[in-house]
Amino acid sequence: MGRYVARRLLQMIPVVLGTTFVIYTMVWALPANPFQGKCGTRPCPERYVAAMTEKYNLNDNLLVQYGKYLGSLVQGDFGTTFSGVPVLDELVRTYPVTVRLAFLAIVIQVVIGMAAGVLAALRRGGFADSLVLVSTLAVISIPVFVIGHLMQLTLGINWGIFPVTARGADPSWYSLVMPAMVLASTSLAYVARLMRATLVENLRADYVRTATAKGLPRARVVGVHTVRNSLIPVITFLGVDFGALLGGAIVTEGIFGIGGVGGLIFRSINLQEGAVVTGAVTVLVLIFLLVNLLVDLLYAALDPRIRYG
Amino acid sequence: MASVELTTRTRRVSRTRRGEPAESGGYRPRHRAGRTRERSLGRDAWDELRRNPLFIVSAAVIVLLVLIAAFPGLFTTLDPTRCDLNFSRQAPSAGAWFGYDVQGCDIYARTIYGARASILVGVLTTTAVVLIGGVIGAVAGFVGGWVDATLSRLLEIFFGVPLLLGGILLLAAFPSDTDTPWWLTLTKVVLALSVLGWPAVARIMRSTVLAVKYADYVVAARGLGARMGRILWRHVLPNAVAPVIVYATIALGVFIVAEAVLSYLGIGLQPPIVSWGVDISNATEYVRQSPHLLIFPGAFLSLTVLAFIMLGDAVRDALDPKLR
Amino acid sequence: MALAESLPSARPADETPLLEVEDLHVEFRTRDGVANAVNGVSYSVNEGETLAVLGESGSGKSVTAQAIMGIVDSPPGFVTGGAVRYRGQDLLAMRDEEHRAFRGRSIAMIFQDALSSLNPVFTVGWQIGEMFRIHEGLSRKESKARAIELMERVRIPAAKERVNDYPHEFSGGMRQRIMIAMAIALDPDVLIADEPTTALDVTVQAQIMGLLADLQRESRMGLILITHDLGVVADVADKISVMYAGRIMEHAAVREVYARPAHPYTLGLLASIPRVDLKGRELASIKGLPPNLMHIPEGCEFNPRCEFAQQVCRDVRPPLNPVAGGRYSACHFAQKVLDGSTWGAVP
Repeated sequence: MGRYVARRLLQMIPVVLGTTFVIYTMVWALPANPFQGKCGTRPCPERYVAAMTEKYNLNDNLLVQYGKYLGSLVQGDFGTTFSGVPVLDELVRTYPVTVRLAFLAIVIQVVIGMAAGVLAALRRGGFADSLVLVSTLAVISIPVFVIGHLMQLTLGINWGIFPVTARGADPSWYSLVMPAMVLASTSLAYVARLMRATLVENLRADYVRTATAKGLPRARVVGVHTVRNSLIPVITFLGVDFGALLGGAIVTEGIFGIGGVGGLIFRSINLQEGAVVTGAVTVLVLIFLLVNLLVDLLYAALDPRIRYG
Repeated sequence: MASVELTTRTRRVSRTRRGEPAESGGYRPRHRAGRTRERSLGRDAWDELRRNPLFIVSAAVIVLLVLIAAFPGLFTTLDPTRCDLNFSRQAPSAGAWFGYDVQGCDIYARTIYGARASILVGVLTTTAVVLIGGVIGAVAGFVGGWVDATLSRLLEIFFGVPLLLGGILLLAAFPSDTDTPWWLTLTKVVLALSVLGWPAVARIMRSTVLAVKYADYVVAARGLGARMGRILWRHVLPNAVAPVIVYATIALGVFIVAEAVLSYLGIGLQPPIVSWGVDISNATEYVRQSPHLLIFPGAFLSLTVLAFIMLGDAVRDALDPKLR
Repeated sequence: MALAESLPSARPADETPLLEVEDLHVEFRTRDGVANAVNGVSYSVNEGETLAVLGESGSGKSVTAQAIMGIVDSPPGFVTGGAVRYRGQDLLAMRDEEHRAFRGRSIAMIFQDALSSLNPVFTVGWQIGEMFRIHEGLSRKESKARAIELMERVRIPAAKERVNDYPHEFSGGMRQRIMIAMAIALDPDVLIADEPTTALDVTVQAQIMGLLADLQRESRMGLILITHDLGVVADVADKISVMYAGRIMEHAAVREVYARPAHPYTLGLLASIPRVDLKGRELASIKGLPPNLMHIPEGCEFNPRCEFAQQVCRDVRPPLNPVAGGRYSACHFAQKVLDGSTWGAVP
């Protein structure tokens, strides 16, 4: 197992380098005028251009540029806003809120999604199953921002169950519940369907027949033997889906006025603060890669067949 | 991009073959001798699809949507960009079925014309992704060696950037505004999504090619002197078509949503292009007072996505060898 | 033990068989129709005895075994009649919870493909030990020790080291031994082996059959061996029941069946075994294909493929009648077959 971990870590390095290089190239090196976009469609102030050119070594060749960019990344320098505030400071200020939101969303997605999927699989063909299938299909079809506004309107404004927004540096957990539900919605639906499909398939597996023939109670056959096998594809999916979650956080935080990283990006897009957007998104991409690595390791822990591959 | 492992698998029970003669004992071979395998798969899939109500409904909806996108004039005579502030935010009525939006534009007309943007982006992106990803994946799988190693690393790198995040990144770096020509904005959006979407197709293609490359019948064909191009065309591609088609139908829905989100955020399609995402974005300010601003474009968007997902499910059920 | 005692309806009043299947009916209800998988099957097995249930795919032999265990896939399968008596108690009349008490403990079953029949994500020690943890409440440590003992009993080398390995790390033959270990863990009275060696190569086959025979001798359990392979049957079984289209075609003691079959189907099976001394001649086979279980032929199920078929065979379904010497055969012309007619066209 240790060898597998080491190998995956080593594999990560070129991917991280490659991804940051690609991002860097796309943002700084490709446009004829690298500042196109950093200030939106308006031309940038002269002072800003001069300072940034100096800072980002844009007069050097690409690889040197990238090298120095990496260097500054490692030192935590992700650029600055127009007003001179380091992007890193903004990120540090805003990430705790996003962590809370994401955590809630993941918990909701995993718990409710898996429960719904298991229920639907066990009562396959019945009312619960049809209900789960139809509702998940509906949720998947409706984009996150539409769900967000609808829920804000009904649960927040009209019925007053949840706070309409969750502003501030330290919003309460309760005020984050509705945004978390919105954020988790699409993924929850996918998790439920995937769990259902996997469980249904596993319930037909030969080893289930063996476990039943061993005289084990049905609850144990399903709860221990099948669920353990069904977790594997679901966990894999959660890893890939995390990227969508991060993207969705931008929209969700925007809708509910949440002061997290997503909200930062949301506002910066509107203000056309290009440096903030690229810096923050780069960080999110790196986090996504890290989470995928963790998911891979978790996968190996769950499925002994791949540990020695 | 979210995984496409969702399913509405209905239980496929073995079908009886019609007209079995009693003497033979009741079994008739599934494929008549003489038919090549690829035709049988397609033909069988089509037969199954034709009888699946999900497929029929979703295909009908999609055909309708394509019609709306191609010939919006058939469905409304109004001009979606001709707006009169006097009608701002009026509720639906007999004269204007969906009411008016903030600027006083007819929402029905805007919804009809909005289909064009979504379908166009969806179709163009999916086509681009299938072509780029397909070629790269096929080359990587077929040629192997260091070419494969390099392309695979490239694949992993691009795979590491989530669709939405990457899209935001690219479009924030190359922004458009209301003055940018519509075709340029459209191209930017399509390119941004394609650059991030091709790895998924490449991966499918590569694994199919690899699986087929070592199959006995391919080895035999090469032994008989068949050229690489012929092998690729006759043997590899038909096998790869099925999983790519399944992926493409669902991916279409995903790309449509992605475009809507980007337009909603303001960095995707811009006015005067009529887009559901932009309409929804404009609607949010007055959602409490005038929900119809949100409901109609939102409903159309959701229905479009729903149709593609259902289509994808039906196609997968028909093409999935495991369920035969 | 006399042959007559072990066959149905010839049972002396004071001796109940260990396990008895009586007139079992199982059907599968699908969207396209009802498949009659088992149509009135009766057989029995006693302590220390080996019954071989022989038949092709689709003959209903596995479904019968599943019905005994109570693990028929339901829906679409439904047991529609008959009884399964274990020491006189009808298992089919019980609720599933009561039936479960017998599974694993009194009656155990092993399956054909050990790789897919073992759970891939748990160690073999955990899976074997589960029998003790769940049924007898032993601790993890104790059940692991017992698992090692069992693995040694089924002759898995280095059991102590391998108890923490996963199923995919073993070879096919070893995996089958693990299944056997799991099955005999609680010393069941009856072991049902559903095609245990079909997926293995010949030398391993012999080892596994030898193991089963030894285990049976040690514990005096009844063994029901389900197979389609006549070669395996000859060495191991005491008596044989030949199944076709969900019914028993012939009951007999093994030696008698090989010497003189009493049913055309059995005759055909024996004739189709390749023989060295017939080298150079065309291989004999039974013409036609097994029937579609949704449309079983009228009259005798075998009549479309039978060399001896007459009109009566197409009209009247032959019951399982006693034939000379305590044997049973479901054929109108059983005596003729017994007397030595040959199979195949006259050259």
